Amino acid sequence: MNNISPSNRILALIAAALMVSAYFTPLWQISLWAPQYPEGLNMKIWIDRLSGDVEIINGVNHYIGMKHIGVEMFPEFTYLIYVFGFIIGFGILTAAIAKRWALYTFFVMIVLLGIGVLTDMYLWGYDYGHNLDQTAAIKVPGMAYQPPLIGYKELLNFLAYSGPDTGGWILGVSALLLTVAVFTEWRKKKKVSSL
Amino acid sequence: MAGAAVAIAFAYGCKPKGAQTAISGDAASKVYVAPGQHDEFYNIISGGFNGQMSVVGLPSGRVLKILPVFSVHPENGWGFSEETKPMLNTSHGFVPWDDLHHIAISTTNAEHDARWAFGNANNTPRIARVDLTTFKTVEIIEIPNSGGNHSSPFITENTEYVVAGTRFSVPTGDDKNRDVAIDTYKENFRGTISFISVDKEKGDMDIAFQLEAPPFNFDLARAGKKKSHGWFFFSTYNTEMAHTLLEVNASQKDKDFIMAVNWKKAEEYIAAGKGKKVPVKYAHNKWDESTHTATSTIRTEVLSLDPRELKDIVYFIPCPKSPHGTDTDPTGEYIIGSGKLAAIIPVFSFTKMLAAIEKQDFEGNIDGMPVLKYESVLHGEVEKPGLGPLHTEFDGKGFAYTSMFVSSEIVKWNIETLEVVDRVPTYYSVGHLSIPGGPTGKPHGKYMVAYNKITKDRYLPTGPELAHSAQLYDISGDKMQLLLDFPTIGEPHYAESFPASLIKDRQVKFYKLEENNHPHVLKGINDARVERNGNEVHIYLTSIRSNFRPDNIEGIRVGDEVYFHMTNLEQDWDVPHGLAIKGANTAELLVMPGETATLKWVPDRTGVFPFYCTDFCSALHQEMQGYLRVSPAGSNTPLKFSTGAAE
Repeated sequence: MNNISPSNRILALIAAALMVSAYFTPLWQISLWAPQYPEGLNMKIWIDRLSGDVEIINGVNHYIGMKHIGVEMFPEFTYLIYVFGFIIGFGILTAAIAKRWALYTFFVMIVLLGIGVLTDMYLWGYDYGHNLDQTAAIKVPGMAYQPPLIGYKELLNFLAYSGPDTGGWILGVSALLLTVAVFTEWRKKKKVSSL
Repeated sequence: MAGAAVAIAFAYGCKPKGAQTAISGDAASKVYVAPGQHDEFYNIISGGFNGQMSVVGLPSGRVLKILPVFSVHPENGWGFSEETKPMLNTSHGFVPWDDLHHIAISTTNAEHDARWAFGNANNTPRIARVDLTTFKTVEIIEIPNSGGNHSSPFITENTEYVVAGTRFSVPTGDDKNRDVAIDTYKENFRGTISFISVDKEKGDMDIAFQLEAPPFNFDLARAGKKKSHGWFFFSTYNTEMAHTLLEVNASQKDKDFIMAVNWKKAEEYIAAGKGKKVPVKYAHNKWDESTHTATSTIRTEVLSLDPRELKDIVYFIPCPKSPHGTDTDPTGEYIIGSGKLAAIIPVFSFTKMLAAIEKQDFEGNIDGMPVLKYESVLHGEVEKPGLGPLHTEFDGKGFAYTSMFVSSEIVKWNIETLEVVDRVPTYYSVGHLSIPGGPTGKPHGKYMVAYNKITKDRYLPTGPELAHSAQLYDISGDKMQLLLDFPTIGEPHYAESFPASLIKDRQVKFYKLEENNHPHVLKGINDARVERNGNEVHIYLTSIRSNFRPDNIEGIRVGDEVYFHMTNLEQDWDVPHGLAIKGANTAELLVMPGETATLKWVPDRTGVFPFYCTDFCSALHQEMQGYLRVSPAGSNTPLKFSTGAAE
């Protein structure tokens, strides 16, 4: 009895299918507001690139010695498409073979992907916010400019926001669907073993 | 004591009521546009003798921009940068000034589309076209065979044509024909009317044809619209054909004419090959948004139509007396002539005009061009409107508003019944007036602005020359209500207004660097350099917050022709960079993001010359500077340039 229920097979398939959106929608966004930028500056992070007001953000940030943000700054862009591809493939496999171990593995993969991406972003943000050019025009003693991981943070004259974008939210839905599937399978197994 | 009190009371009592009593209750709240809020209408105002247009918001009256057209504008390098100089070229060479009187905002189906604003040069006859997504003059076409381009730049309902009627008739033709005695006016002078076609998509202008009209003074004009589309109406004065002391000699006849032009008929003649190509010389200047550069072409031919031979193009409607404005109402049925010396305002009916032409109801002819009978074309006369009627606009609710120069007021009257229903004073001596959409088929009858010729005591005095004043009125109700005085720039004549929503979301924010095809563009900082070619030195300069590259330049010699080709590398809204260098006999450059512009500078002495950014661009704007070393002519100082190398 290590097979998963038909409804959970469908959930796994939907979760895998939803993940395909990561190739077409931005996953994460960082926004900045300042008195001079009431309309806000917005940068979107995709699976393999950046878009939005990246050059303007670079222009503003060079005064405090932050590095120039560009695609070359993120080696992740070169392999994330394969990581996502592999996980999506595994999700489809899970729906096909309907084995409980596969469902659990699929779930763990998505959780690890989430943790991995967030950790990676934190480390990048730490470096970007702390590792400043010593010849920068504006130096505020003791000040670091690490962007928030999730949520809002004041950085000098800017209010910064960081959070999921469309693709990120869709990934969250995938994770939620899988959580439901894993939870129901786990309850079912407990019931079976307690019999 | 009692006697003194009575004297004072009497003195007050004798003083006529002033403007103070004209303002009622809530005027302030009606013109208050709260900080951060936008005005409802753009008002594009001619600058008159400053040769520019100004852009004002209504109802606040706030000035948003001075937009250079025919006059040089050192503030942004217009007419001083190498790229803009060709815009002011004419057949007389570079002309740095003109007198801009009238505005026409482009229309489709007789409604504002606000793609372009046209303006006329009164002195050296020209028409300019301004792109309202960039608020920049993008085309100027010179009008040959014209003496003064006053009856201009009025447009047809789909902006098919913009017209140019000459104020001063002049002898035309080749050199010999133009060198004639002034007192041979009647034989040798012509009043040329030009129809300039406007490209439907791009707006490019071209002189489609010229009409050789009699040597009258052509004052103003208005196209027919809707039912009268296909016709154009020009007011004329000096039909006496005087050439001296016009004040007296051109004011003798009881009636002058409104000249009705059937331009569809003219098109038929042209299609049938009836036009005649005549040699002329005029400049056609165009701005290219891709190369950020203007080019000037001298053209040498124009198509001329002679309405004396080509029948049914021109008819004359008698109109009392020295008519200034001629205006067509929103339906296109009524043509209003404002005879500036007349005691009434005649209103003509287009339907009656067609019937009179059909019945050949003529009272005579001028060189074979029929003069219609006044009574046959007349819808009626507005009795006792006031003194010195000049211009008429419409509210789309059946009323007309006529400015009265001499009696200094605006009179509201019913177009059908011809009854005067209201009048308000202006401060003082109103010239043009403007209602948003007022000359179109779809007026927005909410506000009206009076542009006055005399200011006197309306503002804090500023010596002998005072600010010109405009007045804003609320015309949404039965009674016109004065809301606001606001000072204007230059000496405004005509202006037009349109809803801001038509263009405010279509504004160009910056130029894309990848689409910049200027021959001296730099796409990034790596190509910044200095090149010498004989005594010409080309400095390829980049500007981005907050540095120039290169910013240390040596090896320039006295007498060199130095060209700064500056590219603003910014790609964000509202980040222009300026460039000024000590001793330049030109002006500064103000370069928009993604644009390239060129400043020519000839160093006259040895030394080290600073150059700097003039537009406060960033927190480090004061650091945005450079040095340029000038050595004596013939010296061997090597050409060197760098940025940030030392220290």
